Amino acid sequence: MVNIGCVIKTPGNTKNNKTGSWRTFKPILDKESCIDCDNCILFCPDSCINKQHDIDYDYCKGCGICAYECPSDSIEMIQEESD
Amino acid sequence: MVDIPDKNLLAPGHRGCAGCGASIAVKLALNALGENTVAVSATGCLEVMTTPYPETAWEIPFIHVAFENSGAVASGVESALRIQGKDDVNVVAFGGDGGTVDIGLQSLSGAMERGHNMTYICYDNEAYMNTGIQRSGATPFGASTTTSPSGVASFGEDKPKKNMPMIMAAHGIPYVATASIAYPEDYVNKVKKAAETKGPAYIHLHQPCTTGWGFPSERTIEMGRLAVETGSWILYEIVDGKFEITYRPEERKPVKEYLAPQKRFRHLDDELIEKIQKYVDAECKELGL
Ligand SMILES: Cc1ncc(C[n+]2csc(CCOP(=O)(O)OP(=O)(O)O)c2C)c(N)n1
Ligand code: SF4
Ligand code: SF4
Ligand code: SF4
Ligand SMILES: [Mg+2]
Repeated sequence: MVNIGCVIKTPGNTKNNKTGSWRTFKPILDKESCIDCDNCILFCPDSCINKQHDIDYDYCKGCGICAYECPSDSIEMIQEESD
Repeated sequence: MVDIPDKNLLAPGHRGCAGCGASIAVKLALNALGENTVAVSATGCLEVMTTPYPETAWEIPFIHVAFENSGAVASGVESALRIQGKDDVNVVAFGGDGGTVDIGLQSLSGAMERGHNMTYICYDNEAYMNTGIQRSGATPFGASTTTSPSGVASFGEDKPKKNMPMIMAAHGIPYVATASIAYPEDYVNKVKKAAETKGPAYIHLHQPCTTGWGFPSERTIEMGRLAVETGSWILYEIVDGKFEITYRPEERKPVKEYLAPQKRFRHLDDELIEKIQKYVDAECKELGL
């Protein structure tokens, strides 16, 4: 079938693009002190914190919103190092 | 509390700036609407960052046509679904402030007037961000943009923000609300109510933009919060013509606390800040905040 216009038939395939490479600061989440408020999950613009509070560094751009909005200071932003 | 879904319907890997408020806006809306939804978007940051061909961040059917006609396209999608008997599908249109209050106003007005069963969400970052921060009708008084620059001859935007939610309310549609990405519970409730409304629903969502407003990326939510806590942005809904404030700050902060951290307002002197404060006070008084 001929497509009129641009048709993308693979939902969610921006996942091919690992935006983690954009990051200069990396969030480190301490599950011990986390009070489960879900702020970090709700506000992450890149949907990269899951229900178990694991951060997906393949996509995390290091914006720092999660750390800024964490009421228990459980997320620390540390500078990335070049390898 | 806001329910956290097992699956996000806006995938990562999109090209939004680090800390982009528009992606938070859409992620939260789709959480509330669920998978049984068709989304339409006008040209703008949202469309550009989520659909860099041949990729898409959308996990649900999504259609982009042009800058000025998301209202018309969503009308068509809704009509086509209705004729097929698919009454249970949510139709949601997203438009930027430029795409909504300026160029898309006519097609949106028509869609509202015809009574389509759809939800329209204006994600308002208060300028044409995608093309490089030009002013729109939604740019607030005093803001410096590339087409209302501050300098010797100008203090920035010289007109107040167009009151789009009240223009929508004047259409007599059953649901109109304002919202902010910084108040997700309030916003998500409104998206759910809008979707449940039989007929057209309009949500005007305040969306801070790190790049266009000039504040550090981690403060996107903080800027949204300060707008509301200073009364610069008021959260309300109008259900079947009945107006109600949905969130009241405990004590309204001076507007300066919202303006000062943003580069677009940094040039403002005390006199102009006072003018903005008076404008905000008047608006709050009028709406009963
Ligand atoms: C008819 C037409 N005019 C101009 C443009 C160029 N254009 C693309 S996006 C955009 C600005 C969008 O601003 P807004 O709706 O506020 O969305 P934002 O990018 O801020 O999210 C402009 C001017 C276009 N695509 N089509
Ligand atoms: S730093 Fe930003 S992108 Fe990374 S997990 Fe936190 S909120 Fe998400
Ligand atoms: S914001 Fe902090 S306290 Fe809340 S869920 Fe995330 S890590 Fe835990
Ligand atoms: S310019 Fe603003 S709205 Fe556009 S992608 Fe960047 S942060 Fe998001
Ligand atoms: Mg805009």
